[in-house]
This record gives sequence, structure tokens and C-alpha cells, in this order.
Amino acid sequence: MSETKKDDLVTLLIDDQEISVPKGTNVIEAAAQLNIEIPHYCYHPKLSAPGNCRMCLVEMGMPMRDRGTGEPIMDDDGKQKIGWMPRPAIACNTAAAPGMQIKTQSPMVKECQEGVMEFLLINHPLDCPICDQAGECRLQEFATDYGRGYSRFVENKNVKPKRTRLGPRVTLDDERCILCSRCIRFCQEIADDDVLGFVDRGSYSTLTCYPGKELANNYSLNTVDICPVGALTSNDFRFKMRVWFLKETPSICTESSVGVNTEVGSREGKIFRITPRRNDEVNDTWMSDSGRELYKQVEAENRLTAYRASGEEASPDEALDSGRALLQRKKTAFVGSGHLSVEEQFLFSKLADLAGAVRTDLVSHIEEGDGLLISADRTPNVRGALLTGLIEELPSQKLSALGEAIDAGEVENLVVYREDLLAAGLTKEQLEKVSILYLGTHQNDTSAIADTILPTLTVFEKSGSFVNQQFRLQRFMPAVPGPQNVGNDLLVLSALINAFPDQEDLSGIDHVWQEMGKNLAVFEDLLFLRIPPEGKLLEVPEKLRDLPYAEGKTLHFYPAAAKAPAG
Amino acid sequence: MATTPQEKRIILKNIDQDGYTRDIDCYLANGGYEVLKQTVTKDPADLCKEIETSGLRGRGGAGFPCGMKWKFLDRKSGKPIYLVCNADESEPGTFKDRQIIHKDPHQLIEGMMCSAFAIQAACAYIYIRGEFPEGAKILEEAIEEARKKNFVGKNICGTKYSCEIYVHRGAGAYICGEETGLIESLEGKRAYPRIKPPFFPAVLGLYQCPTAVNNVETLCNVKHVFDMGGEEYAKIGKPGNTGTRILCVSGHVKKPGYYEFEVGSLTLGQLIYDVCGGLPEGRTLKAVIPGGSSAKVLRADERYTGKTKSGEEFDWSLEDIPLDFDSLMAAGSMAGSGGVIVMDDTTDMVEALGNINAFYAHESCGQCTPCREGSLWMKKITTRMLEGQPRLEDVDLLKSVADQIAGRTICAFGEACAWPTQSFVLKFRDEFIAKAEKQIKESSPSREPALAETE
Ligand SMILES: Cc1cc2nc3c(=O)[nH]c(=O)nc-3n(C[C@H](O)[C@H](O)[C@H](O)COP(=O)(O)O)c2cc1C
Ligand code: SF4
Ligand code: SF4
Ligand code: SF4
Ligand code: FES
Repeated sequence: MSETKKDDLVTLLIDDQEISVPKGTNVIEAAAQLNIEIPHYCYHPKLSAPGNCRMCLVEMGMPMRDRGTGEPIMDDDGKQKIGWMPRPAIACNTAAAPGMQIKTQSPMVKECQEGVMEFLLINHPLDCPICDQAGECRLQEFATDYGRGYSRFVENKNVKPKRTRLGPRVTLDDERCILCSRCIRFCQEIADDDVLGFVDRGSYSTLTCYPGKELANNYSLNTVDICPVGALTSNDFRFKMRVWFLKETPSICTESSVGVNTEVGSREGKIFRITPRRNDEVNDTWMSDSGRELYKQVEAENRLTAYRASGEEASPDEALDSGRALLQRKKTAFVGSGHLSVEEQFLFSKLADLAGAVRTDLVSHIEEGDGLLISADRTPNVRGALLTGLIEELPSQKLSALGEAIDAGEVENLVVYREDLLAAGLTKEQLEKVSILYLGTHQNDTSAIADTILPTLTVFEKSGSFVNQQFRLQRFMPAVPGPQNVGNDLLVLSALINAFPDQEDLSGIDHVWQEMGKNLAVFEDLLFLRIPPEGKLLEVPEKLRDLPYAEGKTLHFYPAAAKAPAG
Repeated sequence: MATTPQEKRIILKNIDQDGYTRDIDCYLANGGYEVLKQTVTKDPADLCKEIETSGLRGRGGAGFPCGMKWKFLDRKSGKPIYLVCNADESEPGTFKDRQIIHKDPHQLIEGMMCSAFAIQAACAYIYIRGEFPEGAKILEEAIEEARKKNFVGKNICGTKYSCEIYVHRGAGAYICGEETGLIESLEGKRAYPRIKPPFFPAVLGLYQCPTAVNNVETLCNVKHVFDMGGEEYAKIGKPGNTGTRILCVSGHVKKPGYYEFEVGSLTLGQLIYDVCGGLPEGRTLKAVIPGGSSAKVLRADERYTGKTKSGEEFDWSLEDIPLDFDSLMAAGSMAGSGGVIVMDDTTDMVEALGNINAFYAHESCGQCTPCREGSLWMKKITTRMLEGQPRLEDVDLLKSVADQIAGRTICAFGEACAWPTQSFVLKFRDEFIAKAEKQIKESSPSREPALAETE
């Protein structure tokens, strides 16, 4: 982010502490910078602020000026007097102003918070023991932090529908809804799919979908994330696991080159959900529904777990020996993948060099982008392949040149990582002419005919990094262990590299990074563990700057040709 | 119909007079549209000054000075300016705008065109209450008549100024009368009031353009200000409370109805006894709500003392209170929408509040927490009290709930629904307590001795 200029800063006083913030910052965010929490429900940093929950009420004062002359009014100490507003103000839609003073702890503020908490609870069901939100529920949290702790309500609670299907992935419990309108605003302002709204009035207001429509867009599950209570639940996650048992592991979505930051929730080696991790430069607080499904590949039926040598199921050692033997042959070509991590691409490239590869290809996967968080390039790491030198040019979708080389008898052996060569345009006849060493996580038509198979791990089972469309280096960590016997990719690659004389052991990720730093200028002085949580923008080498990349506009990315919108 | 001697009819001058009809010929025969013809030859800025000089205050409820409202219109933005007539008249006890629309629609149209020209509006809307289908039809017809005579539409009265008026039927909710809710509704959305700041209509109103929202009666008054000049108009009524006011009297009086008076020219007592013929036989006055159901209730057997805005000390009985904006404010209530609700000694105050609470719980738009939940809670409490389960602590609980609403909501509905409860339990606490005590005695006659025994 660009440095904020000094004159664009305003200084205000919150609970007697001074803070300078960029113009336009609201009081909730300004207070957060001082580690002062102003409780809020309807406000969300990435959506418009309707000011409807009234949980964020604070006392506000402004420096006084004479109405007639405009001159400041001073007190006895020579300081400008503060005129305190008789009514509380909403912190969420009050912009910081020079000299403004805010009280977040005064008796009036406490009373407002107690009042709003009481109001939110009187018609709220006592569902916590069976509610998915329990443990990460703002209503629970603020009730204990800001509520009175006892009830004065002796009337009957309102009754509303408990299980409304809003769409294929989202279910609504209207009794739990606190009518904050976050979900509605998300659909209007982010997903551009204005299907949610309230019907009826007052306390009987009910969230619903427009008649004949449903909440089915590919971002619908974000409403579940931002719902401050347990009103919206994900059909996939509902009633499966109490959230406090989940281990949260930072990860990166592999759906496209956007590189959405995610958090993988797992317990005892099983993944239960994927949720977005905030990164204001990449995905804000959002992710696609389809990206959340990707954990299912871990336990997919077509998962590759068996080793193969000479076309027969084999032990890991036999398969490895068979692979090493293939690498000693001449006329070998390599096919890598934009799905591999930077580290894997580096080692794969090294391996290709050692084996004297005839050629190295990558298969590109281009589809239409959605303008939001799924780009046209449906692999997470083509930039990494370019930076590590695995490839020199942008890949194409069809491997016709490789096919010709096979036909011409220039290629007799293939090392294929993850890709399906048939899908990439090679013919069965061509593949019958070559011996194949296949590395990958899932079965496909290529693995089916490979002579040698070395199964590897999914993104959820290992560490590594990707370089997204912005040339931002981002890191992922292992959430769950891989299937028994399946080796970590780096371990497998290092073992293959060691088939050649005088090679170091490169199975440790730190070691790989030292090696990359020595060989590639962009990675100089970088270490895996030093990649910051929000990623690191890399200095793009000259020759990679103006390649015809496939991405169009996405949430935070505009190709050089298109100009970023102002503001 | 004969005019009551205490009245001064400007707006209602022709209404209900023998032979007066709402068609344009009758209006023209009575001098109609002469003011508009003059107005469009004048300088709009001067016209706005006239309104300021007149001291005209809004008749929709808040009593905000009309001249100042127009001055706040953001003319620098370069965006079109809109004029919106608030004809949503839904405040219980208020029924004046409907009379004007039904019986003298051209007066409103002329007032609107004069106002539109003064603020140089690009286009004008009449937002009429959904439950007034007849009124909407009448307005449509009248606008068509006026358009044919070139008082509405293109090149008004042969000038370069053009302005269309559109009638928009309301969405059938009280909150549609709140000006920012009205604007949302006019834009085709739910009438959810907007937060102010930043959405002051004068700056970010209809379609985010500067907008003047004025009540029917206010806009009619504009015509008369332009007719007689701001200075002359300001001589009617009292300083800061100029002009006339239409009051709608309902409840326990012999002659309920709508009347127009010079502001401050008579007291509440004169209104009830001299104009409205007093209470039904044998009854005594108990309480008055002077400005529509959301105004605070005033108790009859109480003295009202204090200082007026201009610094004069006063010591009034309820009957002594002069009917103007500032005096009613000084007495602890407000002139509001002009709906005067009179209650005699047969009124059960818990029931009266229960009725009002039911209305507000039904009409809260539900957008913001305190009003949405508080209004229904108050209703549930008063309903339970009336259904035979009152508790001694209810009166304090009611007050506490109301206190948790007022001043903390998005729009003034918060106050509108809290003030009745706050004032009823303050002024008639004895009745709320008595109700609970009576119930306790009836349901457990042995309770007191039993308590005594345990001591
Ligand atoms: C809950 C609520 C309901 C209102 N209903 C009406 C109404 O029905 N008619 C009206 O003229 N003003 C109504 N108002 C007042 C309007 O918001 C606004 O102040 C008025 O239209 C301004 O016109 P004026 O300045 O000419 O009085 C209402 C206000 C509130 C808070
Ligand atoms: S939404 Fe929160 S408070 Fe409500 S039932 Fe669920 S966990 Fe409990
Ligand atoms: S469902 Fe959740 S996000 Fe949507 S309005 Fe209700 S509480 Fe807010
Ligand atoms: S105060 Fe009541 S009517 Fe006004 S916005 Fe809030 S909920 Fe709606
Ligand atoms: S956060 Fe809801 S009103 Fe401010």
C-alpha cells in the first residue's frame, strides 16, 4: 500500500488516547488501532454501513467554535472547548475528524450497549447448545462482555421459521437472525446477485429470498461467514463439528491464480471446512463456494495412494528405483504443472536439467474468469513456474509440440507431474510410444497408463508457496497428514535428484529455499518462514513483465492494459 | 358549512364553502393560479428569501423552518433538485392533508409549483398515503387539468421553466411518512429510513440528489406567503410561530373536526370548550395529546410552569396552554402534526397507552434494534397488563424500555414510540400502579395477612 501523506491524516482522541488515521477512517477502525474494541454487528469493513444494529454507540464531542465568527472557543486552560453531543453517535458511520473526541467507556455508552444487548436477546431463541455458531458467536461474546447478565423479559418470545432453505448451500434459522442485513448487502454489493431481503415489519421482520429466486451464486457461503450469529448455516458444515475443536491452518486456495487466502479447519486429521482468511490486497474477506469444496479431494475415491513400477503395483522403494532408472535414459521430456508449489517447481526444474531433458512443458488451464475471485487462469502458480525457470514462456493448453516430438522419435520417456496428457491433446497412440513416470495426487487417464507412479500430497497436507497473479508470494501450511505411505513431494523429488551424483539432500523446505536464494535473484534473502502472512510482492524480472497473461479483471487485480478504477 | 368565529381560514378558506368544488374552473374563478403566474416572473433567490422572512415552519411534525430547509439544498453539486410533497398523513389523530387533497387539490398543486420554481426543482413528486386511493385519483385528475392550462409541465405560464408533478402512491406503512424512508420508498425500495448524517435530504436525497421534502399544508402555505409577501405573512400568528395552523381535534369533544387558527391565537381550553363544544355531558377533562399520537400526553389536573423560549415565566393549567409550537414545547409536549386528542375521565390510561403501543409496534420498520425490539416489548407489556396480569414493576420496566429507545435510533420513530410510554407512566403512574394492586388483591385476597404472619 502507498504511504499515506501527512496532510491526509486526522488526529482524534479516543478514551483520552491520541491517534492519527487517514481521512475517512471511521471511529470503529480508528479505535481498533488503539486496541480499543467498539462492539458492532451490522458494520463489516468490506460492506456499506447502514447503522442499524446500534451496538456501536459512543459519545462524541467536537471542538467548539463561535457560531458567528467561527473562532475557536477556549476554556480556562487555553484549550479549545469540546462540545459533547447530547445523543450517542454510531461509531461505524462516523468519520474521524480533526480534534474529535470519543468516549467508548462512559456510563452513557455502557447503558446503550446494555440496552441493545437486552433488545437483541429478548426474542432470541435459547439455541446455543445446538447452534453451529456457538463458540464464534458475536451475540454470545457481546452478551457476556456488554450485557446485563439477567433478563427482565417475561413475555412470550416471537416465533419464526427455523429451517428455511435459501439456496443449495445455505440454510436460514429466522429466529436467530438479528436483522443486521450483512448478508443482504453482501449479495447486493459484492456478489452482484440481489436475491435476499426482509419482509414484514418491526420485530416480525424476516429474512427471505425473492420469490422464485434462490441464493445460489458461487459466493453464497460468504453470507454464512459474515452472519454474526447462527442464523445462516452452511449445509456442508451444519451440525458436523463444534468450532472450538477445530484447528485452523492458514492456506491458499488453488482454484485460480488469484491465490485466495484461506483457513482450513480440521480436527484429528480430518478437514471440516475452509473459510476465507482476510487479505485486503488479495481477497478482502471473501472466497468462492467452489473453493471451499476443494478439501474433498483429500478423501476422494480417485486419490492415488498406491505405488507402481513396470506397470505393476509396487513398494515405494521399487517405484522409486524404477523412476530413478527412467531418469538415466536419454530422450526424456518433462511435463510440469501450475498446481505445483514454487519449491516443487524449482526441484522439478533442477531434475529436468540433471536428466538432460529434451524439453519441459507446462499445461495451462484457461477458462472464463468471474471478475471476482476466480481468474481465467485456473492454476495457482504459473508465475512460480516462470520464476523458477521451469518454463521460459507462457504455457499453452495443448501439448502439440510435445506430440510432434514424440512422433518424430525425439522423445521416448516422459516425467509427468499431476497433469493429464490426454486432456492436454496427446493421443493414446503417442502415449503408447513412451515410458511414463507419473507423480500426482489423483488418478487420471495418464496415471492409468503410467509405468511408474509416485503418489504425492495435496495442498492440505504439505507446506509450500505459490506466486499469484500479482506476483505475490504466499505460503500454505499442512492442515492434515497425508495418506499412509504417501511421500511428501519434496522428499520424492529430492530422492529422484539424488539418483544423480554429488547432489545434496533437498527434502527440507528451508534447504530448498536456501538453494533457491543462491540460484534465483528474485528469491535472494528470502526464507520460507519469513514469508509474511499477507504474502510478499516480488520484484518482477524484466522479461516476465509484459507477457500476455490470461487474467482479466478480478477483485484486486487489473491487467496492465486495463486501468484500475479510481479510489 | 359555517366557519367558527375563532378561526382564521387561509388554507381552508374555500374548503366546505357552499358551491365550492375541486375542479379547476371553480379554483380559477376564486383567483386560483394568479399567484403562480406572478411567481414565475420573479427571481427564485428572492422567493426563497420571502419564505425565510415569513418564518414559515413545517407542518409535517417537526416544525422545522421551511426557509432554512430550502437554504440547505445543495445547489453547488450541479445535480438536479427535487421537490417532494409528503402526503403520507398517517400520524394517528391527524386528518388535515386529506381534506386539502380531496376538496382543494389545485391549492396544493399551485403551492407545489410555486415552491418548485423557487427552489428551481427539476421535477416534483407527491407521495400520497397508500390508503388514499381516492385522493391519488383526484390529484392525478387535477394535475391533468392544470397541465392542460399550462400550470404544470413544459414552459409553465409561457416561461422557460418546466416542471412535472408525479403522484406516487405510498407503500402502506406509517414509516413511509418519515422523509428519508419516504425517499427510499419513492426509489422503489423498502421505506427504511436513512442514517443522518450523511443522508440529509437537502444534500443526498432522492436518487442521491438534493431534495426538499415538505408537508402538504406547508406547501399550500408557500402560495400564500408569495401572495401576501413574507413580511405580511409573518404578522399572522406569533414571532417564530407564524401563520395559521390546521388542528385536527378528536376524542371526547362534542364537535370533533378540523379547524384553522392563527398560530397561538387561542388556548387549549378555548379550543376544547369554545370551538369544539366541550366534553360530553357530565364528563371532566383528564388528558390531552396535543400533536398527534407521538406527542407527550398532558394531564389536566397539573400546573405547567417554567420559562418560554423568549424568557417569559408562565404558570398554566392545561386549559391555559396557548396552541403554538413554542408554548407546547415549553409545556413538555409538542405541536407535532396538529392532531389534538382529547381524553375525559372515562379513559383508562393503561388502555390508551396499550392502543398507542400496539400502533407503534405494528409500524416500526424494524431496521434498528432499539425501536424494533423495544416497541414490541412495550406493546407486549401493556397488552399483558390489560389482559389481567399486570405487575407492580411493569410501570418502571415500561419507562426503562422507552428510555432505552429514545435518542438511540436511526429515525425519529424511536422518539415517536418512546414518548407516549415515557409520558403516560410519568403522568399517570398512579393508574398503572393501581391496576396492578387491584389485580393482586383480587387474585390473592389473603396475601396481605399472610405476609404479616411471616414477620
Ligand atoms: C415516523 C415519522 C412519520 C412521519 N410521518 C409524516 C407524515 O405522514 N406526513 C408528514 O408530512 N410528515 C411526516 N413526518 C415528518 C417528515 O419526516 C418530515 O419532517 C416532513 O415531511 C417535513 O415537512 P415539513 O418541513 O413541511 O413539516 C414523519 C416523521 C416521522 C419521524
Ligand atoms: S446465534 Fe449465538 S446466541 Fe444465538 S443460539 Fe446461536 S450461538 Fe446462541
Ligand atoms: S441472517 Fe445473519 S447476516 Fe443476515 S441479517 Fe440475519 S443476522 Fe444478519
Ligand atoms: S427508529 Fe424504528 S422506524 Fe426508525 S429506522 Fe429504526 S426501526 Fe425503523
Ligand atoms: S455497527 Fe451497527 S450501528 Fe454501528
